[in-house]
Amino acid sequence: MSLLDAENVTRFYGDVEPCGRCVERTGAEHGRNRCPECGMVVGCADVTLSVESGEVLGIVGESGSGKSSLAEMLALDLAATDGTVAFDAYDGNFLDANYEERVDLQNEHVGMVHQHVGDGLNLEFTGGGNVAEALLAAGWRHFEDVRTRVRDLFEETEVPADRMDDPTSTYSGGMQRRVQIAKAIANDPELVILDEPTTGLDVSVQARVLDMFRRIQREQDVATIVVSHDLGVIRLLADRTVVMRHGRVVETGLTDRVMEDPRHEYTQTLINSVI
Amino acid sequence: MTDDPDHEEMAATTDGGLATVADEPRAVSDLLSETEAGIAGYNYAYLDEHTKREVRRGVLNAIALPGHQVPFASREMPLARGWGTGGIQTTLSLLGPEDTFKVIDQGSDESINAANIRRLAETTADVETTTDTTDASVIQTRHRIPEEVLTDDQILVLQVPTTDPLRRVDGSDDANRRRHAHKNYSKMWVALYENVVEWGEIQISARYPVMVHDRYLMDPSPIPRWDTSKLNDADSLFLFAAGREARIYAVPPHTDVEPLAFEDRQFQVERFDGKRCHRCASTDTYLTEVTDEDGVTRYACNDASFCEKRIEDPTLSKSHHLDDETVAWGPGTPDPLVDDARRETVLDNGNSSVTEGGDEA
Ligand SMILES: Nc1ncnc2c1ncn2[C@@H]1O[C@H](COP(=O)(O)OP(=O)(O)OP(=O)(O)O)[C@@H](O)[C@H]1O
Ligand SMILES: [Mg+2]
Ligand SMILES: [Zn+2]
Repeated sequence: MSLLDAENVTRFYGDVEPCGRCVERTGAEHGRNRCPECGMVVGCADVTLSVESGEVLGIVGESGSGKSSLAEMLALDLAATDGTVAFDAYDGNFLDANYEERVDLQNEHVGMVHQHVGDGLNLEFTGGGNVAEALLAAGWRHFEDVRTRVRDLFEETEVPADRMDDPTSTYSGGMQRRVQIAKAIANDPELVILDEPTTGLDVSVQARVLDMFRRIQREQDVATIVVSHDLGVIRLLADRTVVMRHGRVVETGLTDRVMEDPRHEYTQTLINSVI
Repeated sequence: MTDDPDHEEMAATTDGGLATVADEPRAVSDLLSETEAGIAGYNYAYLDEHTKREVRRGVLNAIALPGHQVPFASREMPLARGWGTGGIQTTLSLLGPEDTFKVIDQGSDESINAANIRRLAETTADVETTTDTTDASVIQTRHRIPEEVLTDDQILVLQVPTTDPLRRVDGSDDANRRRHAHKNYSKMWVALYENVVEWGEIQISARYPVMVHDRYLMDPSPIPRWDTSKLNDADSLFLFAAGREARIYAVPPHTDVEPLAFEDRQFQVERFDGKRCHRCASTDTYLTEVTDEDGVTRYACNDASFCEKRIEDPTLSKSHHLDDETVAWGPGTPDPLVDDARRETVLDNGNSSVTEGGDEA
């Protein structure tokens, strides 16, 4: 069994009553994600994928293709409309975990780095406090132990440790991203999900954040789902890649193969447009 | 997180003690003048039976779920909320003619507000009142738990300005209710962590957050840390009532109450560094600074009624009224030998200039 097996993961958005045919009327071949019948937005649908232990899976696609919806469902931050996910550390459908199980799974098994920093960090807390929260939630009660672990994680993610007691709001975008990564890996999870880890950062900062994460990923052999609209990020990090469009997976394969020999027409244009 | 604005605000309002809106009764004294003028028009213990039943239902629920904030239909009292309306409603719902009632306002029985609440109970519920902690069956209090050990015959009703300890870390009551439901207190722990980062130790002056029965995080009301450990495994029942927020919660007898702290940064009570009460020479009571008319600042017992007793008998223990005088109750429960020796030294040196009166209301 894989670390994570997702089948038919689907998410609708909208206050309308679904017409029952929303999925078949949307998707890549229709060129839309809003159901023409009932107006439901199909954020993503029928997504089937798997992640092996230690593997990095890339998810790439244009803006609005459903990457964050998928990532957040897999991180248990967003309720799924439909789908089944088997996850190593959980018996039953992972997507049906109740609140308490979810808190526990998120603390100790699946770390998430959010696209929007405010979803992942409390900006009024200190950077160190944000990372400490993960440890405290996991039951750490020895102050000096927490302190030491937070300092180690700051060093690991290359955030100046002398900034750890400053409010997170005073950090640069790159530092905030690093602190999110530090928090996500604090309890040695089996899976880390990165949603747009470089968006909004200076190009030079992007490269350093990616290098840092790639080193940690290799050292700790932690399975990772990395979501990006940037093919460069995917090419650098991902062993395998999933291409999404209008909420559907249009192509899956080894990253090198997808990049060099794209099969789906959309992937071809995507790659050509970058080159 | 070291001090609570609400707490300050409360103190200011109550001690200032004057109505802000002229045509609305704002203080217990206004309520009393109405009541005394037309006592026949009022039900026993002022509140109607329906209201009292509602409050008692809340109290029973609260006892069943120690530390959990139970909503109750807090009645509009003809006095401003924040004057202890939750406490008054709870008290009046519990009192019967057999009861003996005491009111403490920041350690003192003599503040105008305390005297008025006492008189309201006397007038409408026909109870005896007392200033002696050991004589009371029901005690309503603001900011203190008495120094003398409470027994299983006693109920302490604490007035609460702010019910939810989590409001220190998140202003959203909805999110906080969810956290309580799932015992998710990591935000509070982060606040504690940052507190230690800032001060080197935990610095929370009053309203020290406690875990009740290893389940609910609870705000013990603005009592000093000195009193916090008295809640643990006590013989008495503690009720906490907030009129403005319409919540009641309870610590039933023999419940585990544990102040939140790290293994290597323990909960600590206030230290008085060898200071003693200038009136009774006690070194094992909660002291507050008082400035007398001569402008000199001295330390005095905050629990005025126990201080009086100690003036009479400096060796009186906090559990003098019990069969077992070794009951643990708060910090510094005296070791009789050591304590007696120290007190004698103090008295010999003549440092304990015992002054009469001068009690801060
Ligand atoms: N809360 C919401 N309410 C309504 N529609 C939403 C909501 N969140 C996402 N959507 C819609 O679902 C679709 C997928 O959004 P999603 O954020 O998953 O895309 P994405 O691939 O992450 O995009 P981006 O690259 O811009 O982050 C989009 O059409 C989006 O407008
Ligand atoms: Mg996105
Ligand atoms: Zn539809």
